Amino acid sequence: MKAAVVVFPGSNCDTDCFLALRDVMGMEVEFVWHKEADLPKADLVVLPGGFSYGDYLRTGAVARFSRVMEAVRKHAAEGRPLIGICNGFQILLEAGLLPGAMLRNTSLSFVCEYVWLRVEDTKNPFTRALEPGALLSIPIAHGEGNYYCEEDTLKMLQDESRIVFRYAGADGRPAAEANPNGSRDNIAGILNEKRNILGMMPHPERATESVLGSQDGKKIWESVLG
Amino acid sequence: MYKAVINVTLKKSVLDPQGKTVLHALSSLGFTEARDLRVGKHFELTVEASDRKLAEARIREMCDKLLINPVIEDYTLELEEAQGAER
Repeated sequence: MKAAVVVFPGSNCDTDCFLALRDVMGMEVEFVWHKEADLPKADLVVLPGGFSYGDYLRTGAVARFSRVMEAVRKHAAEGRPLIGICNGFQILLEAGLLPGAMLRNTSLSFVCEYVWLRVEDTKNPFTRALEPGALLSIPIAHGEGNYYCEEDTLKMLQDESRIVFRYAGADGRPAAEANPNGSRDNIAGILNEKRNILGMMPHPERATESVLGSQDGKKIWESVLG
Repeated sequence: MYKAVINVTLKKSVLDPQGKTVLHALSSLGFTEARDLRVGKHFELTVEASDRKLAEARIREMCDKLLINPVIEDYTLELEEAQGAER
């Protein structure tokens, strides 16, 4: 499998993604600079975390107009998997490839910690190797991960089983206390309608080796590998 | 030339964590009369346009495309002819 990791000015998880996918998961990986008009022929495209364009205006608001985004859109329109992690998720929201928007964390603090994610949906390329209800320990690191959408959008996401991950307690319940940022319905990750685009705030690339504290992120990449 | 002032706030239906925190800070400073506070953004934009109608149409397009995220934000627009319109 071949993966492309898009690099925007201000991306800072690009190398983590590259190394996790190449060295741990054994994929062929290529960086793609945001000014490129084309993507290499890739099975998977990753929009990594970071602070693209300094988070100016709104997180992801400027990156979504990058030249490469046309090719990213095309890749997704062809039904191939696209994952946006953290800032990558914010870019997907601003680009309208996923519904909703991000607000400042209710704590107003940058939150950097391991969280528990409950896997809510497994009928997608990103969690198909997992069981519904499985708990994953994966770190978050963001100041604006407070997912917001209108009531009817939330209902649509619920009805169509497009919420892939919810923040949960160690007991697996998505309680309010387990919500690190104020996200609606404890949402940590969602899918598009065609289920080939995933946006998630937690960083699966940072949980791929035991020395990092967890290998649970591997299960997401294993799912993509099929 | 036209000068636009664009004020952006989070929609009424959207919780404003920043505004809430600032409001708390005010009341702990003794300003207990403060009841509601929303933090927003302010743009001052000068555009070149042949007439007011065109200027407004273009600015609204800029708002919709980049300056505002309509999922969470509302905005107001004030527009006035700037000095130096005839050069």
